[in-house]
Amino acid sequence: MYDLYPGQRAEGSINFDGENILNPKQDLNLLRSRIGMVFQKPTPFPMSIYDNIAFGVKLYENLSRSDMDDRVEWALQKAAIWDEVKNKLNQSGLSLSGGQQQRLCIARGIAVKPSILLLDEPTSALDPISTGKVEELVHTLKSEYTVVIVTHNMQQAARVSDYTAYMYLGELMEFGETDQIFMKPARQETEDYITGRFG
Amino acid sequence: MDKHISSQFDAELGSVSTRVLELGGLVESQIRHAVYSLSQFSSEVADQVIATEAQVNSMEVEIDRDLSSIIARRQPTARDLRLLIAISKITANLERAGDESEKIARMVKSIITTGNARALPSSELRIASDLASGLLRKALDAFARLDVTEAVSILKEDDLIDAEFDGFVRKLVTYMMEDPRTISASLDLLFVAKAIERIGDHAKNIAEFIIYVVKGADVRHIALADVESAVQ
Repeated sequence: MYDLYPGQRAEGSINFDGENILNPKQDLNLLRSRIGMVFQKPTPFPMSIYDNIAFGVKLYENLSRSDMDDRVEWALQKAAIWDEVKNKLNQSGLSLSGGQQQRLCIARGIAVKPSILLLDEPTSALDPISTGKVEELVHTLKSEYTVVIVTHNMQQAARVSDYTAYMYLGELMEFGETDQIFMKPARQETEDYITGRFG
Repeated sequence: MDKHISSQFDAELGSVSTRVLELGGLVESQIRHAVYSLSQFSSEVADQVIATEAQVNSMEVEIDRDLSSIIARRQPTARDLRLLIAISKITANLERAGDESEKIARMVKSIITTGNARALPSSELRIASDLASGLLRKALDAFARLDVTEAVSILKEDDLIDAEFDGFVRKLVTYMMEDPRTISASLDLLFVAKAIERIGDHAKNIAEFIIYVVKGADVRHIALADVESAVQ
């Protein structure tokens, strides 16, 4: 995507499964099926709830109608939104509330069964109850997926993660187990930031 | 300590630390009075010590309430969180030290009632009690300045009190063997000595929590040599 912006470029390497994904020969479609992404603002497609999930799956797999139904239900169940939408799968994804839209996007992300799920500020626009549901979801997903979550909310990082990386102005300041980062960080900069002494 | 973005947070932490030092001062004077009541066989001073206990208890409750409020509102992390946990534990230790001095005061009253304690070596408890109350004062000073070096030296000094206690117990045993009529009063004195020894332990616990705040290392239940390497 960065190719579309003049003056932007990617350097160095990002290794996934032993391969540098910045390599121009990398099959991007395959990569997208293996690394799911959810953005800060919910981005449901302007189509039905069912098709929001099925759309991505159709790109990679050829499933029968009933298998596809199962996959859609499975994804919506995983994202803890099935009970809220099971009776209106043909309604537009845009008709849902912000929290529901975000969980729909997470369901879309996991429907293709990726290895990694990237969540970029997934709850910054959500109310506390929807936030709680998304965090609960992260807890259940992390046994099967590697979940990388970007957040400005320190308590959220402390609540949901096993490992925490503290980044400041594009630099990685410290990485470690979440307990260690929040109880006894190694760097003064991290300590100042998480205790609110930054200024 | 360097400042938070929220000066109100700084004020809350400062205020609760000050309350702990006030509580410490109260307990320290309670101990001094308890020891004085023993050396003078003064029932009035012993009564004062017992009366102070209610004040100590209510301060402990107030500090705990402040701590809960800060934790709920600020969600402290790292050093701030360690400080609040340590304050909670230090407060509990101070309250227990207060209990011990109340125990001493009650024993003094019991000894005065039975009336045969003057033949016993109660003055020899003086050294241990001076050591214990001095140690508690040092612990409070070290907390006020978050001084790790001082905290480590407190851990070492507690051993002296333990040695005094052992010596005193041996002496009491010889008294009891010589004259069985002193057994009842000797047992009271033994409880007093034990209470003094416990006060030293509480001072030591406080010192351990000071190290926890500053260094983030939990040095409870580990050998002194290992403590010294942990604080390097």
